[in-house]
Amino acid sequence: MEIINISNEKETREYGLKLAKMLKPGDVVALIGDLGTGKTTLTKYIAEGLGIKENVNSPTFTIVKEYQSGRIPLFHFDVYRIENEEELFEIGADEYFYGNGVCVVEWADKVIDSLPENRVTIEIEQGINDDERIYRCTY
Amino acid sequence: MLDGRHLTMGIETSCDETAIAILADGREVLSNVISSQIDIHKNFGGVVPEIASRHHLENINGVLDEALAEAKVTIDDIDLIGVAYGPGLVGSLLIGVATAKAISFAKDIPLVGVNHMHGHIAANYIEFKDLEPPFLGLIVSGGHTNIVMVNDYDSCEVLGSTRDDAIGEAYDKVARVIGLGYPGGPKIDELAKKGNKTAINFKRVYLEKGCLDFSFSGTKTGVLNHVNRAKQKGDDINTADIAASFQEAVLEVIVNKAISAAKMLNQDALVVAGGVAANSRLNDMLSERCKEEGIKLYKPSPILCTDNGAMIGCAAYYKMKKGEISDLSLDAYPGLEI
Repeated sequence: MEIINISNEKETREYGLKLAKMLKPGDVVALIGDLGTGKTTLTKYIAEGLGIKENVNSPTFTIVKEYQSGRIPLFHFDVYRIENEEELFEIGADEYFYGNGVCVVEWADKVIDSLPENRVTIEIEQGINDDERIYRCTY
Repeated sequence: MLDGRHLTMGIETSCDETAIAILADGREVLSNVISSQIDIHKNFGGVVPEIASRHHLENINGVLDEALAEAKVTIDDIDLIGVAYGPGLVGSLLIGVATAKAISFAKDIPLVGVNHMHGHIAANYIEFKDLEPPFLGLIVSGGHTNIVMVNDYDSCEVLGSTRDDAIGEAYDKVARVIGLGYPGGPKIDELAKKGNKTAINFKRVYLEKGCLDFSFSGTKTGVLNHVNRAKQKGDDINTADIAASFQEAVLEVIVNKAISAAKMLNQDALVVAGGVAANSRLNDMLSERCKEEGIKLYKPSPILCTDNGAMIGCAAYYKMKKGEISDLSLDAYPGLEI
């Protein structure tokens, strides 16, 4: 496990851009962290790193949003409202997870058993100061 | 056609609601059935819909029967079928689209695919019989926050959107932080009435000068930081004050941006749409500011603010008038832009 101390949004961006460079089609990034820890913010920077031009906003209500303008398609999930793994299956998530794009899944802990084993997992924790975050990453 | 009146069926399944309505001559509601508002469980042995498309599938035939029965018409009386084909969740949208196409094909009834967001705006045509485009619109809902210039019945231009959370979503998340549960909008609205809206000065995010986009994520995080700090210090958390102060912060930005858009574009009317339009504090603030600025405010009744079939039927009627008929290749389009 790699532990990264983030002290502000600029460093979130640096990490997001760096991570994006390593991603290839079929990769899944699982984000775990409480409300307000910056999961959507990190996703925005991963998207920027993938060369996506559209604004990436929260997909909470539609569960998944697709972005096709980058070097690889991005499927941005927010499973906050998903109650169980069966519901995830019903929205066709498998087709995305084993598809031709990168999936970033917010609130991944809610459906962790349904995610591909081969994934990047980032646990985000609030640091001491308001802007500080701790990323615990397994690749 | 019934007694010389044109009948439109509107089908809406883009998110959680399975909804079907029957309209006469585009603007008169004969029935407007929304699955969460009827006892599906009792009538059809199904379940109240949550997220999964399976629930739409279980509900849709019952909702369809109910809509026809309430309107006292049969499927053979219907002249036009309108269906929301995006934006939304693909599995949910597909149920509505497939149902609409099946009826269209079997009964040879013209079909019109409708943008769900145009539907929200069209809710106002039902409520206000004389309202006609062009006008300035503000769409506030669980999934959207937009300022739009509605140029015609079938076209509008987006002037501002959220860069992160939609307004309704920010409400839901804050409601969760202060332990109110779902749906957060009405609960915060209610609790805020008991709180002091100037108790906590949460961040108002206006972004760049003159920009009509929104950002609510920072205000949401501000609430979270406030609650965490209070917990660490062992202070009591006054949830009513937090609700009132949060609500004031986000709504102030929305109202100020909507009013400045009206001034920028020289508009003397503001048309509000979407589920959050039912919020009482937003309504008070908008009414007050619009009165001061001499802007006429339009806002539909709560049943038309929420996702419903009537708004889709109305939007479909006007698209049909412009000759914009869809064919059976119509497909769900989850990422459809306004």
